[in-house]
Amino acid sequence: MDIFGLLQNTLNWLIHPQTLAYALAALGLAVHFGYTGLLNMGVAGFMAIGAYGYAMSVLHLGLPWYLAMLVALVAAAIFALILGIPTLRLRADYLAIVTLAAAEVVRYLLTTTVFDEWTNSADGLAQYHDSFRGSNPLPEGTYGIWPWIYNEQGWWMRVFGILLVAGAAWWVWSLMRSPWGRVIKGIREDEDAVRALGKNVFGYKMQSLIFGGVLAALGGIVISLQSAVVPSFYQTNLTFMVWTALLLGGAATVFGPIVGSMLFWFVMSLLDYALPALANMGILPISNIQAGILRFIIVGVALMLLVIFRPQGLFGNKKELTFAK
Amino acid sequence: MPSNEKNSNAPKKAIDLHVGEMVPGVAKKDPIIVAEGVKRSFGGLVAVDVEHLEIPRNAITALIGPNGAGKTTLFNLLSGFDKPDHGDWKFDGTNLSGIPAFKTAKLGQVRTFQLTKALGLLTVLENMKLGAKGQRGESFWVGPFKGLWNKQEQEIEEKARGLLQRFKLDAKEADFAAELSGGQRKLLEMARALMTDPTLVMLDEPMAGVNPALTQSLLDHILGLKESGMTVLFVEHDMHMVRHIADWVVVMAEGKIVAEGDPESVMKNPAVIDAYLGAHQDVDLGVVTGRIAAEDV
Repeated sequence: MDIFGLLQNTLNWLIHPQTLAYALAALGLAVHFGYTGLLNMGVAGFMAIGAYGYAMSVLHLGLPWYLAMLVALVAAAIFALILGIPTLRLRADYLAIVTLAAAEVVRYLLTTTVFDEWTNSADGLAQYHDSFRGSNPLPEGTYGIWPWIYNEQGWWMRVFGILLVAGAAWWVWSLMRSPWGRVIKGIREDEDAVRALGKNVFGYKMQSLIFGGVLAALGGIVISLQSAVVPSFYQTNLTFMVWTALLLGGAATVFGPIVGSMLFWFVMSLLDYALPALANMGILPISNIQAGILRFIIVGVALMLLVIFRPQGLFGNKKELTFAK
Repeated sequence: MPSNEKNSNAPKKAIDLHVGEMVPGVAKKDPIIVAEGVKRSFGGLVAVDVEHLEIPRNAITALIGPNGAGKTTLFNLLSGFDKPDHGDWKFDGTNLSGIPAFKTAKLGQVRTFQLTKALGLLTVLENMKLGAKGQRGESFWVGPFKGLWNKQEQEIEEKARGLLQRFKLDAKEADFAAELSGGQRKLLEMARALMTDPTLVMLDEPMAGVNPALTQSLLDHILGLKESGMTVLFVEHDMHMVRHIADWVVVMAEGKIVAEGDPESVMKNPAVIDAYLGAHQDVDLGVVTGRIAAEDV
């Protein structure tokens, strides 16, 4: 087995745009679930709206990249508003059902050929990068420190993604230490108690849903910066993998979702590389293709063990968040 | 606590609250709440059916009655946590029917719950600070910038510490509320309610589950509320407490108000003895409320 290649490949994932996108989406989910107690099972839908909102605004409206991103975020906020109005007055479980279904509705709308003109249906969209790449302030060439060596565009999307993650982390952290965060954490535990003290609980839950949804949409944008957007990427398993990254790090923390995403992709790429190699060497009694799927089974089992034995994640405070109360 | 001339232990009662005869629905000289035709039914069961009720200002009013009389339902209606089939009520002249709970609290009417709702995963001090009204830092756009709300936060903290001291919880301020005893949680919930600067405090069974050692201090705190100019309305089963601190007693049975008056006269009222104290257990409760005609007993 090529240990050097394995290391390079695995370490690469630590600042991969997909990892950064997961970190943003997981931060949004931390706001939803970790701090407010909202069970959002439609992360993939928010991310799809972010990615498509960006790509379609560039392609069809001819907007520059920053305005196109703004349109995408506004679209995600409106999506959150539409989901929240009927469901936030109900119990948390209903929000889970509605968001799960809504994310699938979004994906089917993007896949159907009815809107082919705008969405290019199942083939997805590409060729919307000129504006963003044209604003690249980095010098041309291929540079970096091993194992992170990319050309100027590779660095530009990574630097941009890292700045977004840092900005989002700062915003979440500073909100959660503020009186706003106090109200939100109060709502997580007992809505009626907070309501009795004169706080507009519905309004706060809506703010939280929109804020977290916008962060997930930012994640979708970062993913779309790589090459293309295709609807099949935004399936329900994307939602579950973001949940895994969140729970790995700690749901009611700021750094948990970020480190959780990095760890998640670190392990995923490690297994992706190592399992087929082990199968080839005859150490694992399975075929190459089976080995590729085995990593999802391992991750699933790890997730189960995690919520049973360490529900607060790596960084969480056990007192603050457990699944069994 | 200022003392009564005759007995230094007995609290000073507010008197001369009503106008005319002491009958259910009697008018008050200075009512803080006036309810008119409030009805709430769950399916076929009429839980609350109040024709007219006035709660006197700056007095302690007890709402008593047997289990299932509709006391807590009436409480939930008045505080906006439940919606009536029909009916209106005014708080301080403002019509409150159909207004959501958080707005009634903003108007100065705060409540506690029968099952204490101290927020266990926040510290005692954080619980207190949550109660303060008009916090700038509770806005989404202001929250991230500490400089914009820090000064107000310090003032709130000072006020919270003062109240915690009064309720003898100051030593616990850094503890999670979940670590407090049941009685201490009741005290915390009451103290937190006071952070909203209410004019009317509604307490749902403040004595339930409180150990006897804490009872006296709870009673003193409730009397203290009246002294600082607030109005108190509470639901309670503990007759000792009702007799001891209430200025006015409203008795409910089967959703209706069957009697009201000062504690002394209410306890002697045959309707109350029937409905609540159960002297005539062989008589149907419906006879007392007038729902069914009395048979010869």
